[in-house]
Amino acid sequence: MAHSARRDSPELPDFSLLKRLVRDQLIYLLEQLPGKKDLFIDSDLMSPLDRIANVSTLKQHEVDKLYKVEYKPIISISDQLCFLIRPRIPTVKWICDVVNADKAAEKYRRYKIIFTPQKFYACEAVLEEQGIFGDVTTDEWAFYLLPLDDDVISLELPEFFRDNFLAGDQRWVRTAGSALHLLHSLFGPFSKIFGIGHCSKMTYESWREQVEEGEQKARQAEIGNVFLIDRDVDYVTPLCSQVVYEGLVDDIFRIKCGCVEFGPDVTSSDRSIKVMLNSQDKVFNEIRNEHFSNVFGFLSQKARNLQTAYDKRRGMDIQQMKTFVSEELKGLKQEHRLLSLHISASESIMKKKTKQDFQELLKTEHCLLEGFEIRECISFIEEHINRQVSMIESLRLLCLLSVTENGLLPKDFRSLKAQYLQSYGAEHLLTFSNLRQLGLLVEQQPGETLTVMESKVGKLVNDRTAGKLTDAFSSLAKKSNFRALSRKLNLVPKSDEEYDLRIPRDMAYIFSGAYIPLSCKLIEQVLERDGWTGLEEVTRLINGHEFAVTGGGSADLKPKSDAQRIILVMFLGGCTFSEISALRFLGKERGYTFIVVTTAITNSSRLLEALLDNRV
Amino acid sequence: MAFITANWNPLGDAFYRKTELYEMFWSLRDGLRDSLVAAAPYGGPIALLSSPLRCSPSTRPQLEIYSASGVSITSFPWKSGPVVHLGWSVSDELLCVQEDGTVLIYDLFGSFKRHFSMGQEVVHSQVLEAKVFHSPYGTGIAIVTGSSRFTLATNIDDLKLRRLPEVPGLQGKPSCWVVLTQDRQTKVLVSCGPELYVLDNTSCTAVYPPGLSPQAGSIVHMAVSFSYKYLALFTDTGHLWTGFSNLQERHGEVDTKHTATPKQMVWCRRPRSQQPSVVLMWDRLLLVVGACSDTIQFPMEDQSVLVGELDGVRIIGSISQELLQEVPLVCQDIFKIASMAPGALLLEAHREYEKSSQKADEYLREIKEQNVLGDAVQQCVEAAAHEHDPETQKALMRAASFGKCFLTEFSPDQFVTTCRELRVLNAVRESSVGMPLTHTQFKQMTLQVLIDRLVYRQFYPLAIEICRYLKIPDYQGVSRVLKHWASCKVQQKDLTDEAIARAVCAKVGDSPGVSYSDIAARAYECGRTELAIKLLDFEARSGEQVPLLLKMKRSQLALSKAVESGDTDLVYTVVTYLKNEMNRGDFFMTLRNQPVALSLYRQFCKLQEPQTLKDLYNQDDDHQELGNFYVSASYREKRLEGRLAQLQSAVDEYNKAKNDFSAKATEDEMRLLRFQRKLDDEKGAGLLGLSLQATMEALMSLGLHKQSEQLYRDFRVPDKRYWWLKLKSLAEKEQWEELEKFSKSKKSPIGYLAFVEVCMKNNNRYEAKKYVSKVTPEQKVKAHLAVGDLEGAADAAIERRNDLEMGAVLSRCSASDVLLMDKLNRARASAAKNGDLVPVSNSDLGSDPGVYYLRGRVGAEPGSADRTEDGPPRGSAAKSEVCIRNSLVGAPAQ
Repeated sequence: MAHSARRDSPELPDFSLLKRLVRDQLIYLLEQLPGKKDLFIDSDLMSPLDRIANVSTLKQHEVDKLYKVEYKPIISISDQLCFLIRPRIPTVKWICDVVNADKAAEKYRRYKIIFTPQKFYACEAVLEEQGIFGDVTTDEWAFYLLPLDDDVISLELPEFFRDNFLAGDQRWVRTAGSALHLLHSLFGPFSKIFGIGHCSKMTYESWREQVEEGEQKARQAEIGNVFLIDRDVDYVTPLCSQVVYEGLVDDIFRIKCGCVEFGPDVTSSDRSIKVMLNSQDKVFNEIRNEHFSNVFGFLSQKARNLQTAYDKRRGMDIQQMKTFVSEELKGLKQEHRLLSLHISASESIMKKKTKQDFQELLKTEHCLLEGFEIRECISFIEEHINRQVSMIESLRLLCLLSVTENGLLPKDFRSLKAQYLQSYGAEHLLTFSNLRQLGLLVEQQPGETLTVMESKVGKLVNDRTAGKLTDAFSSLAKKSNFRALSRKLNLVPKSDEEYDLRIPRDMAYIFSGAYIPLSCKLIEQVLERDGWTGLEEVTRLINGHEFAVTGGGSADLKPKSDAQRIILVMFLGGCTFSEISALRFLGKERGYTFIVVTTAITNSSRLLEALLDNRV
Repeated sequence: MAFITANWNPLGDAFYRKTELYEMFWSLRDGLRDSLVAAAPYGGPIALLSSPLRCSPSTRPQLEIYSASGVSITSFPWKSGPVVHLGWSVSDELLCVQEDGTVLIYDLFGSFKRHFSMGQEVVHSQVLEAKVFHSPYGTGIAIVTGSSRFTLATNIDDLKLRRLPEVPGLQGKPSCWVVLTQDRQTKVLVSCGPELYVLDNTSCTAVYPPGLSPQAGSIVHMAVSFSYKYLALFTDTGHLWTGFSNLQERHGEVDTKHTATPKQMVWCRRPRSQQPSVVLMWDRLLLVVGACSDTIQFPMEDQSVLVGELDGVRIIGSISQELLQEVPLVCQDIFKIASMAPGALLLEAHREYEKSSQKADEYLREIKEQNVLGDAVQQCVEAAAHEHDPETQKALMRAASFGKCFLTEFSPDQFVTTCRELRVLNAVRESSVGMPLTHTQFKQMTLQVLIDRLVYRQFYPLAIEICRYLKIPDYQGVSRVLKHWASCKVQQKDLTDEAIARAVCAKVGDSPGVSYSDIAARAYECGRTELAIKLLDFEARSGEQVPLLLKMKRSQLALSKAVESGDTDLVYTVVTYLKNEMNRGDFFMTLRNQPVALSLYRQFCKLQEPQTLKDLYNQDDDHQELGNFYVSASYREKRLEGRLAQLQSAVDEYNKAKNDFSAKATEDEMRLLRFQRKLDDEKGAGLLGLSLQATMEALMSLGLHKQSEQLYRDFRVPDKRYWWLKLKSLAEKEQWEELEKFSKSKKSPIGYLAFVEVCMKNNNRYEAKKYVSKVTPEQKVKAHLAVGDLEGAADAAIERRNDLEMGAVLSRCSASDVLLMDKLNRARASAAKNGDLVPVSNSDLGSDPGVYYLRGRVGAEPGSADRTEDGPPRGSAAKSEVCIRNSLVGAPAQ
């Protein structure tokens, strides 16, 4: 574990069970189609599958050749084809084309589609429409959860974010509910469930329904509390640049399914290396949650320790030497290798970040979070566009500006958008439309600058009137109310004090002490108060369907000391590594153990790329 | 209790007993004479049809249904054609086989359910005889027609008629026949004169029962056992042959001395029978014939009907009903006169104990000495289960309980279970209920089925009591009963919808496992739509309501319920249904009120039917979305003209949406496209589809400065961006003279530090230095550092008396720059003394410039959080601090 229980964070449940279960089911499904077969896999299922069953396991179960789904005519000669796909209409359509092409060529094969984690009626409707419903057999592989690390579990559904929040398509809600149900049945019963956001509420209801349908077995709970949170409750956090090590590595090299590929510039050879990043990697485990400025210190300390360990050899007799070689040397070598890798990765990060005037970028972000020198921030963003630094980065700053400021002034809104369109093409009209829909990039409505007034008025007038007032306001547009929230929850720490990042005092350290992530702050507050009482104002500002339910487990009302302090946090729409680091920190401080379940790991680039309207 | 053995009759080694079950409740005018009678096994109901073949319309025969104890369930005049045979299906449905081959199915309460025909040809040839039989596949029917052909259906619920091959030489009715179920096949055994044939699907085979003496004559009656395993054949000389039904082996052959054909012949045996027997019935005589050629004779006063059971034969007469069965071994052991079996001793011991006699101890001692007290208890418990009389049951159970007291490690499970089961059995044997089940039958039938049957006969309270008494989980027990009760309740025509809904809700409440939608579906089947809707409201899971609502054509409601359920598959199902059912306008209107369904449908349309998407937006007058639609459509157009047309449509829509920004942007895009096309045609520049910026960049790199200039003006590109672009472009192409000219064309809107940096980036220090002098004082240090001119930087910093800047320069000095460092340190010191240094808020600087930029937040002033965005600008201190840090950024990592 990342935080080896400083106070008394309870032990984590063993999630490797999840892997074994899905592996066995996959094997069972493959056996359902006896004989040699070719397997076609959706490209984004490749890495998750790799974590469950490797090629040799597949071969053992008579998988002959493996192909990636590429939406092209196939060249397989096998008379049995198996498709392992996400339930997406285009993929199903492609399979229909394959089958129909075979039919036209009078080639007869057996086809099996395995949908994961579940099938949708719409997919079957396509099969029916294309007239091949009778030619294929379909199955479901209940691969809901992939444990990325001891305390991080991912649904690996990046499309959840766009489908749910942008398109309003709630098809994945039930999937999330099922995932929660799976965890509940293996590690529950949960005694309390908190949540905020519309999607969280629906997920909770879907889970509840599934619990009621199934049988309940009384068992010792391993996970006590659950917190569900929608990504749209907090857009600010994922829009900020990440500065803890793991987050930085993700921002720069992109961690895919718990694995990163370091290119030649890091490996200082001509090939790139894939490295698993998790708590097994001892070096990484110590620096992953650290602010980047501390990383070098850690690494050099580590290097010294390593040297001392090597130096032990001197003055050993033969026998000692023998044990040293057989027991320690391998570990040390391994550590050595990892250490040098992380050192060069850090150097590479350093080079990249210095080149791009990262300091100024951070300064702008911090100003935006604090809410002053907005004019200068806007000029910085403008210059950022002018210099054509990066399409996504510019967009990110624009969104951060809008979200923190509750929208842009009409004049800025137009000019910045015009600049952006001229720079990166008119197709971004669609991107802007998407961003507007999500409330990520909006124009300030006349009269809406009253937000600041609003809370002041709220204090003067009685609460009910204030409520009505807010309702009226929130009906105008999706607003972030960031400034008010930040004040209420003290998200931006007082800046006159020195913030020592070596000994962080709160979760703000993950953003250099400039900002405590809203999502994590909410979790902290709710756990502290054991509910939403006292946070009414906050939830009203978030406009967020909050709930707190005592779980269905009627068995034990007495808090079982350990399980009660294990908290499962489920992010619907993705979470960032920074948030995970913040929660690990919070856990260490308060003696909690957090388990993060997310629909996918996200960061600013992934978030925004999901909202681009790529030309189909 | 000597009298218990009074009705025991020996047959070989075994005993047979005849126990009275009921005094029949019914009072039949003509007795059972001339009536068609059908009684279902397992204590099932009895159907009676008096004078079935008298079919003059004036005297319609009466069809009556009774419980096994003779309580009338229903009675109605038979209005259809003449009936040949009556029978009960496994699910207690009455099957009436008519002469014309039509089979009518009624339920227990005499309501008609459905009918089917045994084949067209039967209509002419008429059914001569029919038999209803049960097999693992369900209930079957076999008939023989006037043309002497057999037709068979093995399962009436999945009707497949099979016409069996012809029997050679058969004219008219065969003398006798039975249906056999063997090796997963249903066959007919038919006797035709002296011959015996087995008919299966394809063939007709002559068979000879092994060991049947040739002088025995021809077979006139035959019977097959309950399990289809044994067969009995009766010949016209009065011989009875018994053996396996596969005709491989003979058990015995007995001369009954009765040559008349018996009216009925039934096997009487129980599982693990000692002495299986066949019961033959003539008008005045009942004969039990065992394999050992022993017989028992009972005189018969009354017309009766024999019903074969799993473990005996029920004899139904017009006055009473009796059960004839072999006495179970364990009962024999206990009750046989002078039995010394442990159970018998225990029973005796207990009897003495009741009398407070010391003999009790003697008996007990005797059992204990043999170490068989456990067996004794078990025997008593088992025997109790087989006894019909509650008093005998009690005596045995008490004895068992008494014996149990002297045992230490004896599991009470069997005792407790048997007690409970006996109470249940006694309750259902009660003549008002009328299910004379034996314990063996009950075990075979299972509790589940018993409850089902009770429910089917509408003994709901009893069923619920039993469920509660036996502690069956609600899900399988009480809830299931309630569900049936409710389904029955909704059919009561005399109650209002409101009253029924209330009654159902009051009783069912929220019992787990009861689905209101099922009840509602039942109500709808009975034509009570309003009631169905009322009931559906009680359904907690909205998903369950949807299919029924769709069926009832309440599609709007179905859609909102589907949305409520959160199950998108369900929503999608409803949407697809509505799409096919409604006209487009109504469909769109419906969707409009359901945003979730609408977004789902939109997602679908985006992938499958883009045109529909357009129609949807049109319907809503959503011009903004329409505009977006056209923009995205434009990218799918291959030809420029098509693309422009789409974009023009987008412009129109944006204008309608009053989104002049998007309209303008789209117009610009069109202008740009045309421009690009023109240039592509003229110069082959390959510009089409590039952004404005990329176009200008491409033009510059092609050296087409004039054209790029034109774009700059036409599209009002901001100076800053244009300058940046041109600066980079010229530097990259190393057109330094051009660049210098450009820098002098007017005052640079982006400052001159940019020039320095860009030149350095393109590795031209010489050119870079040219611009250093033009840089603003604030950026001087940085500019000097950028070109690597430490001395210049130091001078500039000292001149500005900026401690931070001086520190920054210092940090870049190497050991060889002693003079410079000295100079700087001196300047710093003197400046500090004079106190006119620019103040610095962040003191810890410069130790490790490489990571410095990441450490700590950029200093902000206290109370800044309260400031609005238009607050006063921050002091120059902060500003200069920032620019120093900028300068540090340029420093290489260590």
